Amino acid sequence: MLEEIKFYQTGSNTVGNRLLNPSMRTIQASGDRPNTLISGHRACQGCGEALGARYAIDAAMRATGGQLIVCNATGCLEVFSTPYPESAWRLPWIHSLFGNTAAVGSGIAAAAKVRAQRHGDQTVPRVIAQGGDGGTTDIGFGPLSGMFERNDDVLYICYDNQAYMNTGVQRSSATPPSARTATTMPIGAEPGADWGKGKNVPLIAMAHGIPYVATASVADLRDLERKVEKAMSFHGARYIQVLVPCPLGWGVKSQLTVTCARLACETGFYPIFEAEYGRVTGVRKIRQQQPVLNFLKVQRRFAHLTGKKADPKVLARVQAMCDENIKSFGLLGDDDPQPAPTAVQALERAERI
Amino acid sequence: MMTKPFATTLDPATSLANHTGSWRTLRPVNVFKIPPCNKQCPAGENIQQWLYYAAEGDYERAWRILTENNPFPACMGRVCYHTCETKCNRGFLDESVGINSVERFLGDYALDHKLSFQKPTRETGKKVLVIGAGPAGLSAAYHLRRFGHTVHIVEQGEEPGGMMRYGIPVYRLPRSILDAEIDRIKDMGVTIECGRKVDDIIAEKQNGKYDAVVLGVGAGLSANVNIPQGDANHILTALDVLKEIETKGDIQIARRVAVYGGGNTAVDVARSLRRIGAEPIIVYRRNRDKMPASEEEMDDAIKEGIQVKWLSTIAGATKDSLKIEKMKLDETGYPQPTGEFEELPADAVILAAGQNCDLEPVKKIEGIKFEKDSVNVDSSSLMTDVPGIFAAGDMIKGDRTVTAAIGMGKHAARGVNAYLKGAKYERAAKHDEAKFEDMHPWYYSDAPKTVRPMLELARRTSTFDEVQHGLTEENAVFEAQRCLSCGNCMECDNCYGVCPDSAINKLGPGKGYEFNYDYCKGCGVCAQECPCGHIKMVPEKI
Repeated sequence: MLEEIKFYQTGSNTVGNRLLNPSMRTIQASGDRPNTLISGHRACQGCGEALGARYAIDAAMRATGGQLIVCNATGCLEVFSTPYPESAWRLPWIHSLFGNTAAVGSGIAAAAKVRAQRHGDQTVPRVIAQGGDGGTTDIGFGPLSGMFERNDDVLYICYDNQAYMNTGVQRSSATPPSARTATTMPIGAEPGADWGKGKNVPLIAMAHGIPYVATASVADLRDLERKVEKAMSFHGARYIQVLVPCPLGWGVKSQLTVTCARLACETGFYPIFEAEYGRVTGVRKIRQQQPVLNFLKVQRRFAHLTGKKADPKVLARVQAMCDENIKSFGLLGDDDPQPAPTAVQALERAERI
Repeated sequence: MMTKPFATTLDPATSLANHTGSWRTLRPVNVFKIPPCNKQCPAGENIQQWLYYAAEGDYERAWRILTENNPFPACMGRVCYHTCETKCNRGFLDESVGINSVERFLGDYALDHKLSFQKPTRETGKKVLVIGAGPAGLSAAYHLRRFGHTVHIVEQGEEPGGMMRYGIPVYRLPRSILDAEIDRIKDMGVTIECGRKVDDIIAEKQNGKYDAVVLGVGAGLSANVNIPQGDANHILTALDVLKEIETKGDIQIARRVAVYGGGNTAVDVARSLRRIGAEPIIVYRRNRDKMPASEEEMDDAIKEGIQVKWLSTIAGATKDSLKIEKMKLDETGYPQPTGEFEELPADAVILAAGQNCDLEPVKKIEGIKFEKDSVNVDSSSLMTDVPGIFAAGDMIKGDRTVTAAIGMGKHAARGVNAYLKGAKYERAAKHDEAKFEDMHPWYYSDAPKTVRPMLELARRTSTFDEVQHGLTEENAVFEAQRCLSCGNCMECDNCYGVCPDSAINKLGPGKGYEFNYDYCKGCGVCAQECPCGHIKMVPEKI
């Protein structure tokens, strides 16, 4: 789709453009976009999660023709969007516990299927389960893995802001190494979050061999919308992890939310890729490569890596991590990604569909 | 109605009751900055705006906006030295936008589609005399006519156009284009009387009962340089040569010709002579860096096989050769003689060392003041020290280019209009300039400048066919779409899309966006992500 746009003023990088054919603009560009997460919510200024949630759910609404149910783990997104007596959602939405969203999503999907069969409905509403990185990678990981293993027809979207922001910025298993949080203070020989810990849930999801896994960010709207639409074209368990900067938790100026996410992608800090049945099928190439320092220095959570007392070895280690991402995902150049080994279950499931 | 258990079911979109705009300490506002091209343009064209419509394919609207400032797009698309392009912010990204070529495309489009200027909706009944039908005079006449005044031009040449006709060679500006654009001004009701020189301006004004006069006398006299001649070496002036080639299509001149000077006129003469079979060599006192001629024109001249003798002056001339003295630049860049001489075989010399205006009739006006060789005018209204008499073009201080003359003509017309109403014309304050630092270059993708197809070099040196061809429609749109729209909205939907609070309303095509201050929290993402620097965060009054 992106290749079709032969466009010179702003490339394919803006949200829309009057010079583009309306069908080539993003969903967010249309005057009558679903606006599933409407104004009046209580997210902080410049909240990346609010932005990412609207981008993703609007795209899913368009892809499913409005036949969509969302269930939401406890976390920032749930708290800021539905403080009693107000809700900012404009679609069927249910709040689960912190840890069981994937299981609730599976249940709703099964119920929707049964209900449609009983009533003879042609369309079965689709289900999205969503949560933050804490509710996904730590607390909700068991139900999530179970949902993947059973291949339930649910799209799970994780809004990854790399810590428990709602409760005051505590480390999660998605917190990057060296990052300062309330529980990983920048003190001692190796300040900030530990190295060699945490988990890469997109790769774990791929290892389950589910139909579709992708990472995305709020900095590339077209990429995110395309991935959500593509995910809705599959049946079975799907997983999308969206990088959503948190101005408060990361110590970023509120206006830099999108720019900061862009820097994470352009430095190789956060590889953007997609995989089908456990195999990487596409990566978002870096357009203007930058040293990781540019990403780190806009955030106070990494201030101890960029200040005067910073240990240059740690910075070099972060850069090496980015370089490794660039190398292993092939984020530079124009070539297609190298096929990764495929989980056996994936092959079996691909045959069944 | 569904009965809802307490506190577990919430109605959709009830959050709209919560006006988060009260959190705001900074407020986004739209700022309108002047793009560097607009700021640079001597004719004051609103380049960004006409490119905006050209990019959409609305050529007529683009042309109408263009001609609000400049009535000669087809001519200027050919002869303007387009300093706007040197200021273009796109130059920081890849290459500047080919503004000049899009202008030409629009000008040619208007001629092909026989677009005409709108006649004034009401006549003011005031009469204005314009002296000189060059770019300054015609531009002044055009703008005066738009204001509804009756305009009469008196021109001493046989045909209108001034230096555009008698100074610019045909290969740069075909006369059919010039005639068509002048005719369009005549169609508005401007009358042009050719072949008469006005000697007594005051008497002319009184006899014709004119309310005001605009002087637009061009620099039609070649400056003389004293070259000691032994035997009669043929010495001519550049303007005479250009005029003869213009009127007769040819000139009887020797084969080996030295052109003395380094300005655009020298290049024009050399390239014209090359086309009638002569072998011109440009002799210039300084080096290429110091040469005032347009770089593009000079490149073309060298490609056409014209030789240049840098750092040289003509110390004397004999029948078939010139005595050349070598020069050397001192620390200030000024050429100093070295005392070394050499011979240059040449049968004729053409002087292209500057031009002057014929100001004799102007000097007769009582009370008019001069500063050096220029008429002294008010910097805003261009009125001379004599009320009701205005001056524009080469005869006042400023750049001596067609574009500058057109701009001066416009301001003189505005000055006259204000004067006739009994007011004083003050130029509007300019917006802040849209600098590249204000933009968000990430959003612009690379796009190479379309190269205008050039005539074969071999053909160019033997005919007076136009050297540069215009852009095709496809290329012109491409070029217009490369505009970054510096400092002004181009409706990319970015602000609308990136707002985490959906607090920007999209008003529909051509109408832009509005901030919904009920919900805007003032995070500033829209201002940060606006590609063209059109949004600014300003402190909220608390």
